[in-house]
Amino acid sequence: MDLKQSTLDKIDKLVPRYPDKRSAALPLCHLVQEDLGYLSNESIEWIAERLELEPINISEIVTFYPMLKTEAQGKYQVRVCRTLSCALAGAYKTCKQFEEAFDCKVGSTSEDGLVSLEYVECHADCGRAPVVMIGEKEYTGVKTDEANELIEKIKSGTVETE
Amino acid sequence: MLEVQVTDTVTINVDGELAQVPKGVNVIEAMRVVGKEKEIPHYCYHPKLSVVGNCRMCLVEVGNPMRDRQTGEAILDENGIQKIGWAPKPVIACATNVSEGMHVRTNTPSLVDCRNGVTEFLLINHPLDCPICDQAGECRLQEFSAEHGRGYSRFKEEKNVKPKRTRLGPRVTLDDERCILCSRCVRFSQEVAKDDVLGFVDRGTYSTLTCYPGKELSNNYSLNTVDICPVGALTSTDFRFKMRVWFLKRTHSICTESSVGSNTEIWSREGKIYRITPRRNDAVNDTWMTDSGRGLFKEFESEDRLKSYSVDQVAKSLDDAIAATRALLESGSVGVIGSAHSSLEEQYLLHKIVKHTGASYEMIQHIGEGDGLLMSEDRTPNLRGALITGLINELPETQLGQLKGAIESGQIKTLLVFNEDLEQLGMDLSKLKESVQVIYFGSSKNSTSEQAKVVFPSLSVFEKEGTFVNQNFILQKFKQAILPPMGLMSDCGVLKAILNELDKESNAVAMATVDELWGEISENVELLKSVRWSEIPEEGLALDAEAFANMNFVETENLKYKPKLVSETI
Amino acid sequence: MAIEEKRLILKYADQPGYTNDIDCYIQHGGYEDLKKAFKMKPEDICQEVLDSGVRGRGGAGFPAGMKWKFLDRKSGKPIYLICNADESEPGTFKDRQIIHKDPHQLIEGILCSAYAIQAKLAFIYIRGEFFEGYKILERAIEEARDKNFLGDNILGSDYSCDIIVHRGAGAYICGEETGLIESLEGKRANPRIKPPYFPAALGLYQCPTIVNNVETLCDVKHVINMGGKEFAKIGTPGNTGTRIWCVSGHVQKPGYYEFPCAGITLGELIYDVCGGLLPGRKLKAVIPGGSSSKILRADERFTGKKKDGTEFDWGIEDIPMDFDSLSLVGSMSGSGGVIIMDDSTDMVEALANINYFYAHESCGQCTPCREGVPWMKKITTRMCSGGAREEDVDLLKSVADQIAGRTICAFGEAASWPVQSFIAKFKDEFEAKAKEQALLRKQGENTATETSLI
Repeated sequence: MDLKQSTLDKIDKLVPRYPDKRSAALPLCHLVQEDLGYLSNESIEWIAERLELEPINISEIVTFYPMLKTEAQGKYQVRVCRTLSCALAGAYKTCKQFEEAFDCKVGSTSEDGLVSLEYVECHADCGRAPVVMIGEKEYTGVKTDEANELIEKIKSGTVETE
Repeated sequence: MLEVQVTDTVTINVDGELAQVPKGVNVIEAMRVVGKEKEIPHYCYHPKLSVVGNCRMCLVEVGNPMRDRQTGEAILDENGIQKIGWAPKPVIACATNVSEGMHVRTNTPSLVDCRNGVTEFLLINHPLDCPICDQAGECRLQEFSAEHGRGYSRFKEEKNVKPKRTRLGPRVTLDDERCILCSRCVRFSQEVAKDDVLGFVDRGTYSTLTCYPGKELSNNYSLNTVDICPVGALTSTDFRFKMRVWFLKRTHSICTESSVGSNTEIWSREGKIYRITPRRNDAVNDTWMTDSGRGLFKEFESEDRLKSYSVDQVAKSLDDAIAATRALLESGSVGVIGSAHSSLEEQYLLHKIVKHTGASYEMIQHIGEGDGLLMSEDRTPNLRGALITGLINELPETQLGQLKGAIESGQIKTLLVFNEDLEQLGMDLSKLKESVQVIYFGSSKNSTSEQAKVVFPSLSVFEKEGTFVNQNFILQKFKQAILPPMGLMSDCGVLKAILNELDKESNAVAMATVDELWGEISENVELLKSVRWSEIPEEGLALDAEAFANMNFVETENLKYKPKLVSETI
Repeated sequence: MAIEEKRLILKYADQPGYTNDIDCYIQHGGYEDLKKAFKMKPEDICQEVLDSGVRGRGGAGFPAGMKWKFLDRKSGKPIYLICNADESEPGTFKDRQIIHKDPHQLIEGILCSAYAIQAKLAFIYIRGEFFEGYKILERAIEEARDKNFLGDNILGSDYSCDIIVHRGAGAYICGEETGLIESLEGKRANPRIKPPYFPAALGLYQCPTIVNNVETLCDVKHVINMGGKEFAKIGTPGNTGTRIWCVSGHVQKPGYYEFPCAGITLGELIYDVCGGLLPGRKLKAVIPGGSSSKILRADERFTGKKKDGTEFDWGIEDIPMDFDSLSLVGSMSGSGGVIIMDDSTDMVEALANINYFYAHESCGQCTPCREGVPWMKKITTRMCSGGAREEDVDLLKSVADQIAGRTICAFGEAASWPVQSFIAKFKDEFEAKAKEQALLRKQGENTATETSLI
């Protein structure tokens, strides 16, 4: 496991805050994923050992929460909200634009590894639908023009991700 | 976990009729008491596991007598009868405990609809492969579907695809498409076996039972997950496809692996045993048993099994073997190495022979590592039986004591050996050959049987009946499941015949049946006074162990055994 | 005519120059109510909250004071407070505003509440997608710690309390309080059976636990500020305080708007506050309280009797926006997520979209939800992709009826109510789609049409 020292420091600070170690499982998944991009079996086993759990305990939660990934993701993780309010505002069309622009079916990673495109469920910003998230940055009101703008920025590497 | 002390009962109203049920139990257990027709169908609930309420099959309607919130006074209807406040929604019987005056409805049209609904849901993604499923015949899903299913499918969509024929461990095979996610196996692994290797991955309809990659369900209790799986998801790799369960005869038996004495059921057909499963006994093994105990029958199917009586290593009739034995025993200087594998009845008869011949008697203690659950340190089923029958008065050592010297010095001329291998006890058989004549009782060949003057092949526990006394001094009965090899008699029968030869007054002939033998045992053995064979209950009979309280038994704490603290014994 | 908002919770949030740091908060009177609370006895605060009548803003609308009253204080075990910031009911985005724009108000509300129930540790369970909100809260907590508003011996008292911000990772079911607790314990968010696991007695780590929504906890701060009885004067009896309505969908000005309970009608909200529908469009339907609440049809008439015995006869625009009125019309105010649909909306597609959501979010623990909800999704998806059959509409209703009321948690209802209500109100559209596709199939034509909501 090749975790950054800063990640290890965060983990060491975080774990003792909880009355029960196991509670730190989800936060540790986040921290390790933020560091390494996704949660490999090695990561899962490392987290389990750190919290004195069985690997299956971590595997159970990693596969339960969609934000946790067990495979490497594209350079840009594009999440398009498809729930009702966003759909009413044209989210499916927005998603199609991304699909076509990057030749990447929703739910997969483009061949060049630039983009992972996925549908997500309601991100709680329905008043400014459609909502798209790139990395950790949220973009709202992403209709046709806005989507094209984002696509260009992704291609040119200038899009903000946090 | 459901641990209920039944000390009291409450009166509840079940579908309009009053019933007395144990206080504090849940509605499923209460309905078991009320009667078969009231039994509540369920999948996920198991009396020995935590309650999770996920299958939703056991829904019932429940109401309680109404009381005024402020004053606590009963609220009455116009006829002066206390009103019943019915819960607005059906509740799960497994997580609802009975209380005085509770009303339960088990079979309203709405509840029938609930069960039909759950059944339909469980079947939509199920492969419906009963004809090739090993669980058929003992599948709760199959049984309840016959009762609660609609008989046709309204599901026109594509079924989920999940892994099939997964090797979960050396003895357990998993079919995820049949799994109904009741989590019994997961809870068992966590709560009982304490080996947290199973879990669900993915979410919702894609939830899948699995073992973490590279890990296995390989603990010595893994097959209990197969027993408690209500469907055909977990099957025994060994028993799979061997035999349809409805062809099998079931016989109550006792596991001989250790002094725990797990209650078991032997599943056999035409003289062949197909599998062994645990039988519930809350004082002994709950509903569990070890994997290793399930395989014990295979030892008796091996090539090494002794199958004929012999004298001087030549097959002889039983009468010849007994005549030879009588001659040896009557020539004096007899030594006996007995066994805690023998049944209480065998030990009783052997004790008579020991007394009659004035033999020196010893026994060996077999000790292994305990697992804290159902495998105790004492690897014999009936050490306590030897104490009770008076065959021994103190705990045996793991090696022979004075008897060894007596044998090696030539003091002992005739040696009666049960199950033990002299070589393993550190004796050089070739040297002893000249001075000692060995009469051997055992089921399998070993170096001792090969050198013995007389050999009596013993029967397995599956081929005879009798009793053992377990770690907690519970007297437990086992029955004969299959016929013994042609022409062989139980040790009990052989010992009776020898006794009869030695001492015509012994009354041995009159003890033809176990029942009759028990007539004498109960007269002569203090602790078993007034116990009749026919009256030993299926769940065993707890004996008064006071007389042995100061003994330092080898067992450490396990599922049902708490060793006495030293301070208590002083 | 525009109607003025009456903001309580979001009073400063959108004021020019108002920032989310602690200095700005203190300049606007922040943490004064915490100081006031510390001069009160914890049980007196609980009484004020009970008197205020404030009902839970997360969805169920259960009186917060009652919830607190059920807390097992005699167990001797630690007591925990959890702020439910999982905001995951589709159509709801009010907690996001509080967290982003006024995090200290929430922290003050949490500390007041924690002190009232004597919790020494509080958690904010925030949905994983709120990356920015998480950072804002983390910073705010450190600011508050620096000023001794939280941590050890708060404000020099002998009371100590810490707050841990705990991130979710994309599971709607974490909004259900026992699912949230399981998640916080490091497990799959499978809701627990109740009984026996009522959080007030057997919650986090099997200890007494109170779980309250973000907005509810902010309300507590205001209850302390003005007193329970004064707070109860906002709104109507049984529907006290303000509500933040989150309007989305086909209106000119979607957004969040705060009004006293019953201080506005649905019609006023749509037409006066949100500027009405898009040009040339007519109102078709409204989902008034998050996607699980039952849908209302634009041309329905709602009649019946109120609790006080008076009769009502409302069109959709007349419905007062409060807890009781929305339940009188057969729906609920839920989490305050109002989704507006105009006459361009294909109701089969809209339901397919909702069913997709619930099938994706079912935790999979109990049978009816795990199997039934994806089944409904499969049916409605098929109906939208050209495979509709006439029997589908009855089948859908039957499947939904087999789920609601029979599951471990309220997700069963949340997933069934949309199906039941869409079919009750728009059965004709479902049947028409099936007939139309049957005809096309008969003529050998392609039945798959372009969809926009699924």
